Amino acid sequence: MMTRVRVLVRPKAGILDPQGQAVERALPALGFAGVANVHVGRLIELDVDDPAQLPEMCRKLLVNPLIEDYEIVDADVAPAR
Amino acid sequence: MRFGVVRFPGSCDEVDAQLACERVTDATILWHGDRDLQGVDAVVIPGGFSYGDYLRPGAIARFSPVMESVIAFAREGGIVFGICNGFQVLCEAGLLPGALLTNASLRFVCRQVDVVVEDTATAFTNACREGGRGTRLSIPVKHTTGRWYAPPELLDQVESGGQVLLRYAPGQNPNGSLADVAGVRNEAGNVFGLMPHPEHAVDPLTGSVDGLTLFASIRDHVTAHVAA
Amino acid sequence: MSLPEAAVPPHRALGLTDAEYDLIVEKLGRTPNAVELSMFSLMWSEHCAYKHSKRLLGQLPTEGPHLLLGPGENAGAVDVGDGLAIAFKVESHNHPSAVEPFQGAATGVGGILRDVFAVGARPIAVLDSLRFGEPDSERSRYLLEHAVAGIGHYGNSIGVPTVGGEIYFEPAYEQNCLVNAMALGIADHDRLIRAAAAGPGNVLILFGARTGRDGIGGASVLASAELGEGDADKRPTVQIGDPFAEKKLLECSLELLDRELLVSLQDLGAAGLTSSSSEMASKGGLGLDIHCDRVPLREADMEPFEIMVSESQERMLCVVEPDRVDEVIAVCEKWETTATAIGEVTDSGRLRVLSGGAVVGDMPVLALVDECPLYDLEPAKPTAPLYPPAPRTLRARDDDAAAILPELLASSNIASRLPVFEQYDCVVQSRTVRRPDEADAAVLLLPATRSAPGARGAIAVSIDGSGRRVAADPYRGTMEAVYECAANLACTGAEPLGLTNCLNFGNPEKPHIAWQLTESVRGMAEACRALDVPVVGGNVSLYNEGPDGPIYPTPVVGMVGRLPDAARAGRLGFAREGDAIALVGPFQPSLPGSELAKLRGEPLPDGLPELDATALRTALTAVRTAVREGRVRSAHDLAEGGFAVALAESCLAGGHGARVAFHGVETDARLVELLFGEGAGGFLVSGSREALLELGETLPSTIVGEVGGETIELAHDGGTISWPLEELRAARDGGLAERIAIVV
Repeated sequence: MMTRVRVLVRPKAGILDPQGQAVERALPALGFAGVANVHVGRLIELDVDDPAQLPEMCRKLLVNPLIEDYEIVDADVAPAR
Repeated sequence: MRFGVVRFPGSCDEVDAQLACERVTDATILWHGDRDLQGVDAVVIPGGFSYGDYLRPGAIARFSPVMESVIAFAREGGIVFGICNGFQVLCEAGLLPGALLTNASLRFVCRQVDVVVEDTATAFTNACREGGRGTRLSIPVKHTTGRWYAPPELLDQVESGGQVLLRYAPGQNPNGSLADVAGVRNEAGNVFGLMPHPEHAVDPLTGSVDGLTLFASIRDHVTAHVAA
Repeated sequence: MSLPEAAVPPHRALGLTDAEYDLIVEKLGRTPNAVELSMFSLMWSEHCAYKHSKRLLGQLPTEGPHLLLGPGENAGAVDVGDGLAIAFKVESHNHPSAVEPFQGAATGVGGILRDVFAVGARPIAVLDSLRFGEPDSERSRYLLEHAVAGIGHYGNSIGVPTVGGEIYFEPAYEQNCLVNAMALGIADHDRLIRAAAAGPGNVLILFGARTGRDGIGGASVLASAELGEGDADKRPTVQIGDPFAEKKLLECSLELLDRELLVSLQDLGAAGLTSSSSEMASKGGLGLDIHCDRVPLREADMEPFEIMVSESQERMLCVVEPDRVDEVIAVCEKWETTATAIGEVTDSGRLRVLSGGAVVGDMPVLALVDECPLYDLEPAKPTAPLYPPAPRTLRARDDDAAAILPELLASSNIASRLPVFEQYDCVVQSRTVRRPDEADAAVLLLPATRSAPGARGAIAVSIDGSGRRVAADPYRGTMEAVYECAANLACTGAEPLGLTNCLNFGNPEKPHIAWQLTESVRGMAEACRALDVPVVGGNVSLYNEGPDGPIYPTPVVGMVGRLPDAARAGRLGFAREGDAIALVGPFQPSLPGSELAKLRGEPLPDGLPELDATALRTALTAVRTAVREGRVRSAHDLAEGGFAVALAESCLAGGHGARVAFHGVETDARLVELLFGEGAGGFLVSGSREALLELGETLPSTIVGEVGGETIELAHDGGTISWPLEELRAARDGGLAERIAIVV
C-alpha cells in the first residue's frame, strides 16, 4: 500500500529570494494590495511504500539543506523542519 | 599528463573543455555511466545541464557512476576541476563548500567578465604567479544558477582558509554571489570549482586567452607534484 | 472515434472549405472517416500545403553554384569548401508564441534545430528574429520577457549558441507577435541525408519522446486561423519543449548517421506523424503502413487520430533496413531514447493507418501531400493607408539634430540589444569569432581545413527584415531587407552563399495582403537574382492578424556567407585614433519610413526610393574586398537611424570618439535628413586615409572625418554639435534595459 506524500521545499529563511521578491513587486502592480513575505519554492509529489524514509530522501536528494527548508505533508511522518 | 573530461547526458561544454585541455596536454572523455577513470591525472567536470538539471543543478549528476569514482579520486588527493555546472555538481557532492542559487537578476547571463586571482600558489592558479595576487583574467560567464552562497559561519571559514581563488572584479559581479566569489577550492586544495568558463577563453580568434592559464596551472602542478 | 463537436460540419471546424472537402471525397472515392479527415485537414492546411503562397514562391531563384540541398528538404544546405556543408533554415512559431510565449518560442527553437539535424548536420548556431508591440505595453513586455527566456532555455540547455538576431517593436505587432528562429548546422557533404523514404520492406522507426496530446489540431487550428478573443482557451494545445530530451535525440541521430544505419531521416514538427510520414512517402514515391497502436504513448487512451496528429516535441522518424533495426535500437538505448518500429515502407503509394490489425485510415499519398488545391491570390493595392501612424514620441524639435541623436539611440528599435542577447549563450562550441554587437553579422569559425591546415575560414550569418519599410513599399522594402543582409555579411568580409526566408504576413485571402505578399516575393526574387544568391528553403506564416488588423508585412531574410580568413573578420567598432572615416556606397538618405519619422509620428510613405541594383552590388563587393584584405579597420552598414546612429554605434563599440564635418548644408532640416535619413547601400568605414581614398576609386565615397576623442563632434555651417560618448552610451544602453525589467 503506497502512500501519497508531498514535500514542500522553500528557500531557507534569510536567503535572498529574488523570485519571491519579483512576485512581491508584481502583485501590487496588478492591483493586489497587502501582500508580504512572498517566497517561491517547489512542490514534490510522490507515492512511497515507507514514508519513514522521507527525511533521508530529502536530505540526500530532494533538498539541499544548505539553502532550502522542507516540510513533509499528507503523510504520517513528523515534519522535519 | 592527461585530463579526463566527464560527459553527462546534457553536458554542453565537454568538447570545448576537452579542446582547451588539449591545448596544454592530452585529454579524454569519461562517460557518465563508467566508473573507470582510465588512469587520468586530473578530472574536469564541464558545463552544461547534466541530466537536464531538473530538481536542482547538479543534484542528480552527483549520484552518477562516474561521480562515485571522481569523489573517491578527490578524497585521495586527485585534482578535480569543476566549471559552471561542474561547480554545481561538486557543491552538491559536498566536495566544495557552499551552494549555487538562481542569479539575483533571475535571468541567464552570458557576459565577458574580469575575475581577480586571490592566490597564485595553488594547483589551479600557479601559472599566474608572475602577475601575482590581483592578476585579472578576462573570462566569459554563462549561467542562470551561479550565485554562490554559504551561511555566515561557513563563509568565515572559507575566507579565513583562503579558499576563495577567484573573485569577480569590483562592479562586475554578474549574479549577486556572496563576497563576489567566482571560484572556491576545498580545504585540501585539490578540488576547485568556478562559474566562469575558462575553456571559452583559450583562443585569440574567439576572445581572450586568459582561461588557458588555469589549464596550464593544473598541467604544471600535476607534472611537478603527482606524476613526478 | 470522436471529432470536435460543432454545429458546423466537421470539415469546416477543421478548417477545410466545402469545395476542398468535396475534392477529398473525390480523391478517396468515398467519405473520409475521422482519422482521414483530421489528417487531410492538416496536410491541406496553409501551414503544410502553402496553398496561398506556393505559386508565388516559384519565382524565387533556387539554384546556385554552392547549393547542395534546396527547398523541400528539412533544411537547405550550401557548400562552404573543403567538403563541408552548412545546412540552415528559418521558421516561424508566431501563433504558439502569442498564446504561450515561453513554450512557443522554446519549441520554435527545438523545431528548427531538429530540421537541421534531420539532414545530418550538427547544429552550430541559432539566430532569432522577433517582433512585438511597443515595449510600453504590458503585454509586449510580457511576451518579450517570456519569448526570450524560452529561446534561451532551449538553446542554452542544448548547447547551441544563439549568436545573433534582431528585435523590433511596432504597434502593428501588439496582438500578433512574431517569433522566427533560424538554425545552422555543419556536416561533411557525404553525411547530408534526405528525407525520402526508400526501399519497400524497410522499417519505419519512431524515436524520441513519447506521444501525448500536445498541440493536437495545432497546424490547422492554431497556425491557420486568425487569433481572436479567448485565445487563452487554446493554451492546452501548445506543445511543451524538453531541451534535455532533444539533446539526447540530437546526439542519438548523429550517431545513427555516423554509423550509416539510416536510409532516411525526418523530424516531426507541425502535424506530427501525419506530415512527417506522408512527406517521406511522397518524396520517395512510395507508400507506408503505420501501426499507430505501436506508438509509445504518454496517455494510454489516445485515439488513432490523436496519435497521428499529435505535435509532441522531440521526436524523429527514420527508415531502416530490416537487418539494421537491432543496431538502431541499441544506439537509441545508449542515448536513453525510446525507439519503436511502427511501420513499413510499401510500394502501394498509399498511407495506411492500422490499429489492432484493422485499417483505420487509407489514403493515396499523392492526394494527401501534393493534391491540395492551390489558390491564386487576388492582389489589389490598398487605396487607403492600412496602418495608422504611431503617436509622436519625439521630444526634440524636428530640426534639432543635437537633441535627436540621444533620443534615437534610446528608442526601442535602436537601443542596445545586449539586455536580451546576454540571456543567450553565444560562445558554446568554441566557434564564435564575432559576438552580437561586435560586428554587423555573427562570424563562426570553420574547422581547420584538411587541404590547408592552419588557415581558418569562417562563415558569417545575419538575419534581417524591417516590417515598417516593407509596409511602406512591399517590393522595395523586401529588396532592402535582402541587401541589408548582404551588407551585414560584407562588413565582416563574407560573400553570400545562400538565403533562407520566413514570410510573415496577414490573411492572404484579403486583396491588400495578397498585394503585399505578391510585391514582396517579387522584390525578394529580384534582389536574390541581382546578388546571385539562391533561396535554399524557408517558411511562410500567414494569417498574422489581430482584432486591430494585420501585422506589418514582414519577410525575414537569413543569409549565410563565407570568408577566407577568420582573423580578418570585420568589426563595426572604430579601432584606432586618427583613422579616417568615410561614408561609402550609393546611399541616398531619406526620412519617410525612417525611425525618426516614426518617432515624429509621421505616416508611412506610399513607396520608398528606387534602388540601383548594380551600384549596390558594386558597393557590397568593394566593402567585402576591403575588409578581407584588411584595408579597412572597421565596417558598419547604415540602417535604422542612418549615418549618425551608425557613427555613434561605431564609436561606442570601439570606445573612440569621432570628429566629422558636413559642410554646404543649407538648412537644419537638410542636416537632419543627412544625419538620420535611411536607405540602402551606405557603409561607414574607417582606416588609413590612403586606403579609404583607394576605396573611393571604385564607388561613391566621402571622407567625413576622423576617429578620436571622447566625444562625437559634428561641424556644420551653422556651428558645432558635441555629444559626449558617455551620454550617448547611457542613452543606448539604457533604452531597452529600463523598459524590460523582470515581469513575472
